[in-house]
Amino acid sequence: MNNYLATHVATLPPSGIRKFFDLVATMKDVISLGVGEPDFVTPWTVRESGIFSLEEGQTMYTSNAGLFELRDELSHHLNKTLNLSYDPHHEILITSGASEAVDLVMRAVLGPGDVVLVPDPSYVSYAPCAILAGASVNYVPTYAKENFRLRVEDLARAYTPKAKLLVLSYPNNPTGAIMNREDLLPIADFVNEHDLLVLADDIYSDLTYDETHVSFASLPGMRDRTLFVSGFSKSYAMTGWRIGYVAGHADLVQGMTKIHQYTMLCAPIMGQFAAIEALRSANEAKNDMVTAYDRRRRLMVHGFRQMGLDCFEPLGAFYVFPDISKTKLSSEEFAEQLLIEEQVAVVPGTAFGPSGEGHIRCSYAYSMEQLQEALKRISHFVERRLTNL
Amino acid sequence: MLSEKDRRLLKLISEDCRLKPEELSVQTGLSPEYITKRIKDWENEKVIVGYQPMINWDRTGDEKVSALIEVKVLPQRGYGFDKIAKRLQKYPEIKALFLMSGGYDLSLLIEGKTMQDVALFVAEKLAPLEHVQSTATHFVLRRYKQDGIELMGEEETLQRLVVSP
Repeated sequence: MNNYLATHVATLPPSGIRKFFDLVATMKDVISLGVGEPDFVTPWTVRESGIFSLEEGQTMYTSNAGLFELRDELSHHLNKTLNLSYDPHHEILITSGASEAVDLVMRAVLGPGDVVLVPDPSYVSYAPCAILAGASVNYVPTYAKENFRLRVEDLARAYTPKAKLLVLSYPNNPTGAIMNREDLLPIADFVNEHDLLVLADDIYSDLTYDETHVSFASLPGMRDRTLFVSGFSKSYAMTGWRIGYVAGHADLVQGMTKIHQYTMLCAPIMGQFAAIEALRSANEAKNDMVTAYDRRRRLMVHGFRQMGLDCFEPLGAFYVFPDISKTKLSSEEFAEQLLIEEQVAVVPGTAFGPSGEGHIRCSYAYSMEQLQEALKRISHFVERRLTNL
Repeated sequence: MLSEKDRRLLKLISEDCRLKPEELSVQTGLSPEYITKRIKDWENEKVIVGYQPMINWDRTGDEKVSALIEVKVLPQRGYGFDKIAKRLQKYPEIKALFLMSGGYDLSLLIEGKTMQDVALFVAEKLAPLEHVQSTATHFVLRRYKQDGIELMGEEETLQRLVVSP
Protein backbone atom coordinates (compact mmCIF):
# COMPACT_ATOMS: atom_id res chain seq x y z
CA MET A 1 0.00 0.00 0.00
CA ASN A 2 3.07 2.24 0.03
CA ASN A 3 1.97 3.88 -3.19
CA TYR A 4 -0.96 5.39 -1.32
CA LEU A 5 1.34 7.33 1.00
CA ALA A 6 1.80 10.99 0.19
CA THR A 7 5.18 11.53 -1.44
CA HIS A 8 6.51 13.78 1.31
CA VAL A 9 5.63 11.10 3.89
CA ALA A 10 6.92 8.18 1.85
CA THR A 11 10.24 9.94 1.38
CA LEU A 12 10.56 11.02 5.00
CA PRO A 13 13.49 8.98 6.39
CA PRO A 14 12.64 6.84 9.46
CA SER A 15 14.24 7.94 12.71
CA GLY A 16 17.79 6.59 13.10
CA ILE A 17 16.81 5.73 16.64
CA ARG A 18 13.92 3.58 15.49
CA LYS A 19 16.23 1.46 13.32
CA PHE A 20 18.43 0.79 16.29
CA PHE A 21 15.48 0.09 18.55
CA ASP A 22 14.36 -2.75 16.30
CA LEU A 23 17.79 -4.37 16.55
CA VAL A 24 17.95 -4.04 20.35
CA ALA A 25 14.46 -5.53 20.69
CA THR A 26 15.72 -8.86 19.31
CA MET A 27 18.43 -9.24 21.99
CA LYS A 28 18.51 -10.47 25.58
CA ASP A 29 20.18 -9.12 28.77
CA VAL A 30 20.94 -5.82 27.17
CA ILE A 31 21.95 -2.87 29.33
CA SER A 32 20.53 0.05 27.47
CA LEU A 33 21.92 3.56 27.70
CA GLY A 34 19.61 4.51 24.87
CA VAL A 35 16.70 5.95 26.75
CA GLY A 36 15.86 9.63 26.49
CA GLU A 37 13.66 9.83 29.56
CA PRO A 38 14.23 10.03 33.31
CA ASP A 39 14.58 6.81 35.31
CA PHE A 40 12.63 8.37 38.15
CA VAL A 41 8.93 7.84 38.66
CA THR A 42 6.93 11.08 38.76
CA PRO A 43 7.15 12.52 42.31
CA TRP A 44 4.37 11.11 44.49
CA THR A 45 2.67 14.40 45.24
CA VAL A 46 2.25 14.94 41.48
CA ARG A 47 0.93 11.43 40.85
CA GLU A 48 -1.42 11.84 43.80
CA SER A 49 -2.93 15.01 42.40
CA GLY A 50 -3.51 13.26 39.06
CA ILE A 51 -5.31 10.48 40.90
CA PHE A 52 -7.31 13.01 42.91
CA SER A 53 -8.42 14.78 39.73
CA LEU A 54 -9.82 11.46 38.49
CA GLU A 55 -11.61 10.85 41.79
CA GLU A 56 -13.20 14.25 41.44
CA GLY A 57 -14.47 13.29 38.02
CA GLN A 58 -12.23 15.70 36.10
CA THR A 59 -12.39 13.74 32.87
CA MET A 60 -13.58 16.36 30.38
CA TYR A 61 -11.95 18.50 27.70
CA THR A 62 -10.29 21.66 28.92
CA SER A 63 -10.23 24.91 26.97
CA ASN A 64 -8.04 24.67 23.87
CA ALA A 65 -5.29 26.69 25.49
CA GLY A 66 -5.32 24.52 28.62
CA LEU A 67 -6.52 25.07 32.18
CA PHE A 68 -6.15 28.73 33.06
CA GLU A 69 -4.87 27.75 36.51
CA LEU A 70 -1.97 25.94 34.86
CA ARG A 71 -1.17 28.76 32.45
CA ASP A 72 -1.29 31.25 35.30
CA GLU A 73 1.00 29.12 37.45
CA LEU A 74 3.36 28.68 34.50
CA SER A 75 3.45 32.38 33.83
CA HIS A 76 4.65 33.00 37.42
CA HIS A 77 7.06 30.08 37.23
CA LEU A 78 8.70 31.29 34.00
CA ASN A 79 8.99 34.75 35.41
CA LYS A 80 10.60 33.57 38.62
CA THR A 81 12.97 30.99 37.14
CA LEU A 82 13.93 32.33 33.70
CA ASN A 83 13.00 36.00 33.89
CA LEU A 84 10.41 35.61 31.11
CA SER A 85 7.12 37.44 31.04
CA TYR A 86 4.10 35.94 29.28
CA ASP A 87 0.44 36.83 29.67
CA PRO A 88 -1.38 33.63 30.70
CA HIS A 89 -4.49 34.73 28.76
CA HIS A 90 -3.06 34.96 25.26
CA GLU A 91 0.59 34.04 25.25
CA ILE A 92 0.77 30.51 26.65
CA LEU A 93 -0.61 27.36 25.03
CA ILE A 94 -0.60 23.98 26.81
CA THR A 95 0.24 21.15 24.40
CA SER A 96 0.46 17.38 24.43
CA GLY A 97 4.14 17.32 25.25
CA ALA A 98 6.79 19.67 23.92
CA SER A 99 6.82 17.51 20.77
CA GLU A 100 3.41 18.83 19.78
CA ALA A 101 4.61 22.35 20.50
CA VAL A 102 7.55 21.86 18.12
CA ASP A 103 5.17 20.65 15.41
CA LEU A 104 2.77 23.56 16.02
CA VAL A 105 5.52 26.16 15.77
CA MET A 106 6.70 24.73 12.46
CA ARG A 107 3.22 24.45 11.00
CA ALA A 108 2.15 27.87 12.20
CA VAL A 109 5.05 29.82 10.75
CA LEU A 110 6.44 27.77 7.82
CA GLY A 111 5.27 27.16 4.32
CA PRO A 112 6.65 25.84 1.05
CA GLY A 113 9.95 27.48 0.13
CA ASP A 114 10.85 28.44 3.71
CA VAL A 115 14.07 27.18 5.22
CA VAL A 116 14.68 26.18 8.84
CA LEU A 117 18.15 26.39 10.33
CA VAL A 118 18.78 23.41 12.61
CA PRO A 119 21.92 22.91 14.71
CA ASP A 120 23.53 19.56 14.06
CA PRO A 121 23.52 17.25 15.95
CA SER A 122 20.19 17.79 17.66
CA TYR A 123 16.95 16.12 18.61
CA VAL A 124 15.44 13.99 15.86
CA SER A 125 12.09 15.75 15.33
CA TYR A 126 13.00 19.22 14.07
CA ALA A 127 13.84 18.32 10.47
CA PRO A 128 10.87 15.95 9.90
CA CYS A 129 8.43 18.49 11.39
CA ALA A 130 9.87 21.21 9.14
CA ILE A 131 9.54 18.95 6.10
CA LEU A 132 5.97 18.00 7.03
CA ALA A 133 5.23 21.73 7.22
CA GLY A 134 6.44 22.05 3.63
CA ALA A 135 9.74 23.73 4.46
CA SER A 136 13.28 22.48 4.00
CA VAL A 137 16.21 22.29 6.40
CA ASN A 138 19.72 23.68 6.43
CA TYR A 139 21.89 22.06 9.09
CA VAL A 140 24.30 24.20 11.07
CA PRO A 141 27.17 21.98 12.19
CA THR A 142 28.46 22.24 15.76
CA TYR A 143 31.79 20.84 16.92
CA ALA A 144 33.22 19.08 19.95
CA LYS A 145 36.19 21.50 19.97
CA GLU A 146 33.67 24.33 20.43
CA ASN A 147 31.85 22.39 23.15
CA PHE A 148 29.03 21.83 20.65
CA ARG A 149 27.88 25.43 20.98
CA LEU A 150 26.30 27.09 17.98
CA ARG A 151 28.74 29.62 16.50
CA VAL A 152 27.51 32.60 14.58
CA GLU A 153 30.12 31.96 11.81
CA ASP A 154 28.66 28.54 11.12
CA LEU A 155 25.16 29.96 11.29
CA ALA A 156 26.10 32.60 8.70
CA ARG A 157 27.48 29.88 6.42
CA ALA A 158 24.25 27.87 6.56
CA TYR A 159 22.06 30.94 6.17
CA THR A 160 20.01 31.61 3.06
CA PRO A 161 17.63 34.53 2.48
CA LYS A 162 14.84 31.94 2.48
CA ALA A 163 15.58 31.10 6.11
CA LYS A 164 12.71 32.01 8.38
CA LEU A 165 13.20 30.01 11.56
CA LEU A 166 16.21 29.05 13.66
CA VAL A 167 15.98 26.17 16.10
CA LEU A 168 17.90 26.52 19.36
CA SER A 169 17.82 23.50 21.64
CA TYR A 170 20.06 24.02 24.64
CA PRO A 171 20.77 22.18 26.88
CA ASN A 172 21.17 19.95 23.87
CA ASN A 173 20.06 16.41 23.23
CA PRO A 174 22.30 14.49 22.29
CA THR A 175 25.45 16.44 23.22
CA GLY A 176 24.59 17.88 26.62
CA ALA A 177 25.98 21.24 25.47
CA ILE A 178 24.64 24.48 26.90
CA MET A 179 24.85 28.06 25.64
CA ASN A 180 25.41 30.82 28.16
CA ARG A 181 24.59 34.49 27.75
CA GLU A 182 27.86 35.35 26.00
CA ASP A 183 27.34 32.51 23.54
CA LEU A 184 23.77 33.58 22.80
CA LEU A 185 24.25 37.33 22.32
CA PRO A 186 25.91 37.14 18.86
CA ILE A 187 23.19 34.72 17.79
CA ALA A 188 20.58 37.25 18.91
CA ASP A 189 22.28 39.97 16.81
CA PHE A 190 22.26 37.65 13.80
CA VAL A 191 18.58 36.81 14.33
CA ASN A 192 17.73 40.49 14.53
CA GLU A 193 19.76 41.42 11.50
CA HIS A 194 18.21 38.69 9.34
CA ASP A 195 14.68 39.02 10.70
CA LEU A 196 14.46 35.40 11.86
CA LEU A 197 12.10 33.70 14.25
CA VAL A 198 13.54 31.32 16.83
CA LEU A 199 12.13 28.08 18.14
CA ALA A 200 13.80 27.80 21.55
CA ASP A 201 13.36 24.26 22.76
CA ASP A 202 14.16 24.68 26.44
CA ILE A 203 12.85 21.27 27.55
CA TYR A 204 16.08 20.52 29.48
CA SER A 205 16.39 23.99 31.02
CA ASP A 206 16.05 22.67 34.58
CA LEU A 207 18.74 20.05 34.07
CA THR A 208 21.92 22.10 34.11
CA TYR A 209 25.03 21.58 36.19
CA ASP A 210 27.35 24.30 37.46
CA GLU A 211 25.60 27.02 35.43
CA THR A 212 21.96 28.10 35.45
CA HIS A 213 20.11 28.19 32.16
CA VAL A 214 19.74 31.42 30.22
CA SER A 215 16.71 31.44 27.97
CA PHE A 216 17.15 32.97 24.52
CA ALA A 217 13.76 34.65 24.91
CA SER A 218 15.08 36.63 27.89
CA LEU A 219 17.75 38.42 25.80
CA PRO A 220 17.07 42.05 24.83
CA GLY A 221 14.64 42.27 21.92
CA MET A 222 14.27 38.50 21.55
CA ARG A 223 11.02 37.90 23.39
CA ASP A 224 8.72 38.51 20.43
CA ARG A 225 11.00 36.73 17.97
CA THR A 226 11.13 33.60 20.12
CA LEU A 227 8.69 30.76 20.48
CA PHE A 228 9.58 29.31 23.83
CA VAL A 229 8.89 25.58 23.98
CA SER A 230 9.20 23.45 27.08
CA GLY A 231 7.35 20.86 29.12
CA PHE A 232 7.18 18.77 32.25
CA SER A 233 8.63 15.50 30.93
CA LYS A 234 12.30 15.94 31.74
CA SER A 235 12.22 18.29 34.74
CA TYR A 236 9.57 16.46 36.70
CA ALA A 237 9.95 12.94 35.25
CA MET A 238 6.52 13.17 33.60
CA THR A 239 7.14 11.84 30.08
CA GLY A 240 4.01 9.70 29.90
CA TRP A 241 1.66 12.48 31.04
CA ARG A 242 2.24 14.36 27.78
CA ILE A 243 2.21 17.93 29.00
CA GLY A 244 4.25 20.61 27.28
CA TYR A 245 3.70 24.20 26.33
CA VAL A 246 4.67 27.00 24.01
CA ALA A 247 4.84 30.67 24.92
CA GLY A 248 5.40 33.67 22.69
CA HIS A 249 3.85 36.71 21.05
CA ALA A 250 0.03 36.54 21.21
CA ASP A 251 -0.39 36.61 17.40
CA LEU A 252 1.84 33.58 16.94
CA VAL A 253 0.38 31.69 19.88
CA GLN A 254 -3.14 32.34 18.61
CA GLY A 255 -2.08 30.93 15.22
CA MET A 256 -0.81 27.78 16.87
CA THR A 257 -3.94 27.55 19.00
CA LYS A 258 -5.99 27.37 15.79
CA ILE A 259 -4.07 24.30 14.59
CA HIS A 260 -4.13 22.78 18.07
CA GLN A 261 -7.92 23.21 18.38
CA TYR A 262 -8.53 21.34 15.14
CA THR A 263 -5.98 18.58 15.59
CA MET A 264 -5.52 17.98 19.33
CA LEU A 265 -8.35 19.95 20.94
CA CYS A 266 -6.59 20.01 24.29
CA ALA A 267 -3.83 18.35 26.28
CA PRO A 268 -4.93 15.54 28.64
CA ILE A 269 -6.73 17.05 31.63
CA MET A 270 -5.29 14.65 34.21
CA GLY A 271 -1.80 15.65 33.15
CA GLN A 272 -2.70 19.31 33.38
CA PHE A 273 -3.83 18.93 36.99
CA ALA A 274 -0.69 16.98 37.79
CA ALA A 275 1.42 19.69 36.15
CA ILE A 276 -0.10 22.37 38.39
CA GLU A 277 0.94 20.34 41.41
CA ALA A 278 4.43 19.83 39.94
CA LEU A 279 4.95 23.58 39.72
CA ARG A 280 3.59 24.16 43.21
CA SER A 281 5.23 21.40 45.21
CA ALA A 282 7.69 19.25 43.32
CA ASN A 283 10.63 21.60 43.07
CA GLU A 284 12.57 19.94 45.86
CA ALA A 285 12.00 16.54 44.27
CA LYS A 286 13.21 18.06 41.00
CA ASN A 287 16.37 19.37 42.62
CA ASP A 288 17.07 15.96 44.14
CA MET A 289 16.83 14.42 40.67
CA VAL A 290 19.23 17.03 39.29
CA THR A 291 21.70 16.21 42.07
CA ALA A 292 21.45 12.51 41.22
CA TYR A 293 22.00 13.20 37.50
CA ASP A 294 25.01 15.31 38.32
CA ARG A 295 26.69 12.44 40.20
CA ARG A 296 26.06 10.08 37.31
CA ARG A 297 27.24 12.64 34.78
CA ARG A 298 30.58 12.90 36.54
CA LEU A 299 30.85 9.12 36.74
CA MET A 300 30.22 8.76 32.99
CA VAL A 301 32.64 11.47 31.87
CA HIS A 302 35.31 10.02 34.19
CA GLY A 303 34.57 6.51 32.90
CA PHE A 304 34.96 7.39 29.22
CA ARG A 305 38.11 9.44 29.81
CA GLN A 306 39.60 6.50 31.75
CA MET A 307 39.10 4.40 28.62
CA GLY A 308 41.29 6.84 26.73
CA LEU A 309 38.43 8.41 24.78
CA ASP A 310 37.86 12.14 24.46
CA CYS A 311 34.68 13.08 26.25
CA PHE A 312 33.43 16.64 26.25
CA GLU A 313 31.94 17.59 29.63
CA PRO A 314 28.21 18.02 29.18
CA LEU A 315 26.76 20.79 31.33
CA GLY A 316 23.10 20.02 30.75
CA ALA A 317 20.46 17.38 29.95
CA PHE A 318 21.28 13.74 30.84
CA TYR A 319 23.53 12.56 28.03
CA VAL A 320 27.22 12.16 27.45
CA PHE A 321 28.46 12.25 23.89
CA PRO A 322 31.95 10.71 23.87
CA ASP A 323 34.20 10.78 20.82
CA ILE A 324 34.79 7.20 19.65
CA SER A 325 36.77 8.02 16.50
CA LYS A 326 39.99 6.66 18.07
CA THR A 327 38.54 3.18 17.63
CA LYS A 328 38.45 3.77 13.85
CA LEU A 329 34.82 2.68 13.85
CA SER A 330 31.95 4.75 12.57
CA SER A 331 29.23 5.65 15.07
CA GLU A 332 26.91 3.02 13.66
CA GLU A 333 29.58 0.32 13.58
CA PHE A 334 30.57 1.12 17.15
CA ALA A 335 26.99 0.98 18.41
CA GLU A 336 26.19 -2.20 16.53
CA GLN A 337 29.35 -4.10 17.47
CA LEU A 338 29.10 -2.96 21.11
CA LEU A 339 25.56 -4.24 21.24
CA ILE A 340 26.46 -7.62 19.77
CA GLU A 341 29.69 -8.16 21.72
CA GLU A 342 28.87 -6.64 25.10
CA GLN A 343 25.09 -6.28 25.08
CA VAL A 344 25.18 -2.56 25.77
CA ALA A 345 22.87 -0.35 23.74
CA VAL A 346 23.97 3.20 22.94
CA VAL A 347 22.69 5.43 20.17
CA PRO A 348 24.97 6.28 17.22
CA GLY A 349 25.63 10.02 17.06
CA THR A 350 24.56 10.06 13.42
CA ALA A 351 20.96 9.39 14.49
CA PHE A 352 20.98 13.08 15.46
CA GLY A 353 22.48 14.45 12.28
CA PRO A 354 25.66 14.10 10.19
CA SER A 355 27.83 16.03 12.69
CA GLY A 356 27.17 13.28 15.20
CA GLU A 357 29.57 11.03 13.29
CA GLY A 358 32.40 9.82 15.50
CA HIS A 359 30.26 10.04 18.62
CA ILE A 360 27.77 7.94 20.54
CA ARG A 361 25.00 9.16 22.80
CA CYS A 362 24.84 7.55 26.23
CA SER A 363 22.00 8.49 28.52
CA TYR A 364 22.82 8.52 32.22
CA ALA A 365 19.21 8.37 33.33
CA TYR A 366 19.99 5.00 34.93
CA SER A 367 20.94 3.74 38.36
CA MET A 368 24.58 3.98 39.48
CA GLU A 369 24.86 0.17 39.39
CA GLN A 370 23.63 -0.04 35.80
CA LEU A 371 25.95 2.74 34.72
CA GLN A 372 28.95 1.13 36.39
CA GLU A 373 28.21 -2.21 34.75
CA ALA A 374 27.70 -0.54 31.37
CA LEU A 375 30.97 1.39 31.67
CA LYS A 376 32.79 -1.85 32.52
CA ARG A 377 31.43 -3.56 29.42
CA ILE A 378 32.11 -0.59 27.15
CA SER A 379 35.66 -0.35 28.44
CA HIS A 380 36.28 -4.04 27.57
CA PHE A 381 35.02 -3.35 24.08
CA VAL A 382 37.06 -0.18 23.62
CA GLU A 383 40.20 -1.85 24.98
CA ARG A 384 39.88 -4.66 22.41
CA ARG A 385 39.39 -2.16 19.60
CA LEU A 386 42.27 0.08 20.64
CA THR A 387 44.76 -2.79 21.07
CA ASN A 388 43.83 -4.32 17.71
CA LEU A 389 44.72 -1.17 15.82
CA MET B 1 26.19 26.28 58.45
CA LEU B 2 27.23 23.72 55.85
CA SER B 3 28.47 24.93 52.50
CA GLU B 4 26.53 23.67 49.50
CA LYS B 5 29.27 21.23 48.47
CA ASP B 6 29.58 19.88 52.02
CA ARG B 7 25.82 19.48 52.26
CA ARG B 8 25.84 17.44 49.06
CA LEU B 9 28.74 15.33 50.26
CA LEU B 10 27.11 14.62 53.60
CA LYS B 11 23.82 13.76 51.91
CA LEU B 12 25.61 11.36 49.59
CA ILE B 13 27.29 9.64 52.55
CA SER B 14 23.98 9.50 54.41
CA GLU B 15 22.47 7.65 51.46
CA ASP B 16 25.34 5.19 51.02
CA CYS B 17 28.17 5.17 53.52
CA ARG B 18 29.95 2.36 51.67
CA LEU B 19 31.24 4.74 48.98
CA LYS B 20 35.01 5.12 49.19
CA PRO B 21 36.60 8.60 49.03
CA GLU B 22 37.78 7.85 45.45
CA GLU B 23 34.21 7.04 44.35
CA LEU B 24 32.82 10.06 46.18
CA SER B 25 35.45 12.14 44.42
CA VAL B 26 34.38 10.97 40.94
CA GLN B 27 30.74 11.65 41.71
CA THR B 28 31.15 15.07 43.30
CA GLY B 29 34.22 16.54 41.62
CA LEU B 30 35.80 17.15 45.08
CA SER B 31 39.32 15.83 45.67
CA PRO B 32 39.71 12.54 47.60
CA GLU B 33 42.00 14.35 50.08
CA TYR B 34 39.34 16.95 50.83
CA ILE B 35 36.70 14.26 51.25
CA THR B 36 38.86 12.15 53.58
CA LYS B 37 39.65 15.16 55.74
CA ARG B 38 36.09 16.38 55.85
CA ILE B 39 34.79 12.98 56.92
CA LYS B 40 37.43 12.79 59.67
CA ASP B 41 36.37 16.26 60.87
CA TRP B 42 32.73 15.28 60.91
CA GLU B 43 33.52 12.15 62.88
CA ASN B 44 35.48 14.19 65.43
CA GLU B 45 32.75 16.80 65.65
CA LYS B 46 30.16 14.02 66.13
CA VAL B 47 28.34 15.13 63.01
CA ILE B 48 28.82 11.61 61.72
CA VAL B 49 28.00 9.44 64.73
CA GLY B 50 28.06 5.98 63.19
CA TYR B 51 27.82 3.81 60.10
CA GLN B 52 25.04 1.24 60.12
CA PRO B 53 23.20 -0.68 57.42
CA MET B 54 19.41 -0.39 57.51
CA ILE B 55 18.03 -3.81 58.29
CA ASN B 56 14.47 -4.93 58.02
CA TRP B 57 14.49 -7.46 60.86
CA ASP B 58 10.92 -8.48 60.06
CA ARG B 59 12.29 -10.29 57.01
CA THR B 60 14.88 -12.30 58.93
CA GLY B 61 12.39 -14.49 60.79
CA ASP B 62 13.98 -13.42 64.09
CA GLU B 63 11.48 -12.43 66.76
CA LYS B 64 11.72 -8.78 67.66
CA VAL B 65 9.22 -6.52 69.33
CA SER B 66 9.19 -2.74 69.33
CA ALA B 67 7.12 -0.30 71.30
CA LEU B 68 6.74 3.44 71.46
CA ILE B 69 6.38 4.60 75.05
CA GLU B 70 4.99 7.93 76.12
CA VAL B 71 6.41 9.04 79.44
CA LYS B 72 5.28 11.86 81.69
CA VAL B 73 8.07 13.16 83.86
CA LEU B 74 8.39 15.76 86.60
CA PRO B 75 11.09 18.16 85.44
CA GLN B 76 13.86 18.74 87.95
CA ARG B 77 14.90 22.15 89.16
CA GLY B 78 18.07 23.25 87.40
CA TYR B 79 18.09 20.31 84.99
CA GLY B 80 14.69 20.26 83.29
CA PHE B 81 14.38 16.89 81.57
CA ASP B 82 18.06 16.46 80.77
CA LYS B 83 19.04 14.63 83.94
CA ILE B 84 16.51 11.84 83.55
CA ALA B 85 17.14 11.69 79.80
CA LYS B 86 20.83 11.17 80.46
CA ARG B 87 20.00 8.23 82.70
CA LEU B 88 17.50 6.72 80.33
CA GLN B 89 19.77 6.86 77.27
CA LYS B 90 22.17 4.44 78.99
CA TYR B 91 19.66 1.58 78.74
CA PRO B 92 20.53 -0.50 75.67
CA GLU B 93 16.85 -1.46 75.31
CA ILE B 94 16.03 2.16 74.47
CA LYS B 95 16.83 2.69 70.80
CA ALA B 96 15.57 6.24 70.50
CA LEU B 97 14.66 8.92 73.01
CA PHE B 98 13.04 12.27 72.34
CA LEU B 99 11.73 15.19 74.38
CA MET B 100 8.30 16.04 72.99
CA SER B 101 5.92 18.95 72.92
CA GLY B 102 2.27 18.24 73.69
CA GLY B 103 0.50 15.80 75.98
CA TYR B 104 3.54 13.98 77.37
CA ASP B 105 7.23 14.66 77.84
CA LEU B 106 9.51 11.88 76.66
CA SER B 107 9.01 9.46 73.81
CA LEU B 108 10.99 6.23 73.82
CA LEU B 109 11.44 3.57 71.21
CA ILE B 110 12.10 0.27 72.90
CA GLU B 111 13.15 -3.01 71.34
CA GLY B 112 13.02 -6.42 72.95
CA LYS B 113 12.81 -10.06 71.93
CA THR B 114 9.26 -10.53 73.21
CA MET B 115 6.34 -8.43 74.46
CA GLN B 116 7.17 -9.82 77.87
CA ASP B 117 10.65 -8.31 77.69
CA VAL B 118 9.26 -4.89 76.88
CA ALA B 119 6.55 -5.10 79.54
CA LEU B 120 9.12 -6.12 82.16
CA PHE B 121 11.41 -3.27 81.20
CA VAL B 122 8.60 -0.78 81.60
CA ALA B 123 7.35 -2.25 84.86
CA GLU B 124 10.71 -2.85 86.50
CA LYS B 125 13.07 -0.25 85.08
CA LEU B 126 11.13 2.65 83.67
CA ALA B 127 7.98 3.17 85.73
CA PRO B 128 9.65 2.99 89.16
CA LEU B 129 12.21 5.69 88.31
CA GLU B 130 12.01 8.73 90.48
CA HIS B 131 10.26 11.64 88.68
CA VAL B 132 8.49 9.31 86.21
CA GLN B 133 4.80 10.01 86.70
CA SER B 134 3.18 7.74 84.17
CA THR B 135 3.87 5.64 81.09
CA ALA B 136 1.74 4.51 78.11
CA THR B 137 3.08 1.67 75.96
CA HIS B 138 2.15 1.30 72.29
CA PHE B 139 3.37 -1.84 70.58
CA VAL B 140 4.37 -1.68 66.94
CA LEU B 141 2.25 -4.12 64.91
CA ARG B 142 3.83 -3.66 61.52
CA ARG B 143 6.50 -1.51 59.92
CA TYR B 144 5.59 0.11 56.61
CA LYS B 145 8.35 2.64 56.26
CA GLN B 146 11.50 3.31 58.19
CA ASP B 147 14.31 5.86 57.77
CA GLY B 148 12.76 6.97 54.48
CA ILE B 149 12.70 3.45 53.05
CA GLU B 150 9.42 1.84 52.03
CA LEU B 151 9.39 -1.65 53.49
CA MET B 152 6.35 -3.20 51.93
CA GLY B 153 4.76 -3.51 48.56
CA GLU B 154 6.21 -4.12 45.16
CA GLU B 155 9.10 -2.03 43.99
CA GLU B 156 8.02 0.27 41.18
CA THR B 157 9.60 -1.23 38.10
CA LEU B 158 10.13 1.07 35.17
CA GLN B 159 8.82 -0.16 31.87
CA ARG B 160 10.75 2.21 29.68
CA LEU B 161 11.40 1.72 26.00
CA VAL B 162 14.90 0.38 25.44
CA VAL B 163 15.78 3.19 23.05
CA SER B 164 13.95 6.50 22.77
CA PRO B 165 14.88 9.90 21.33
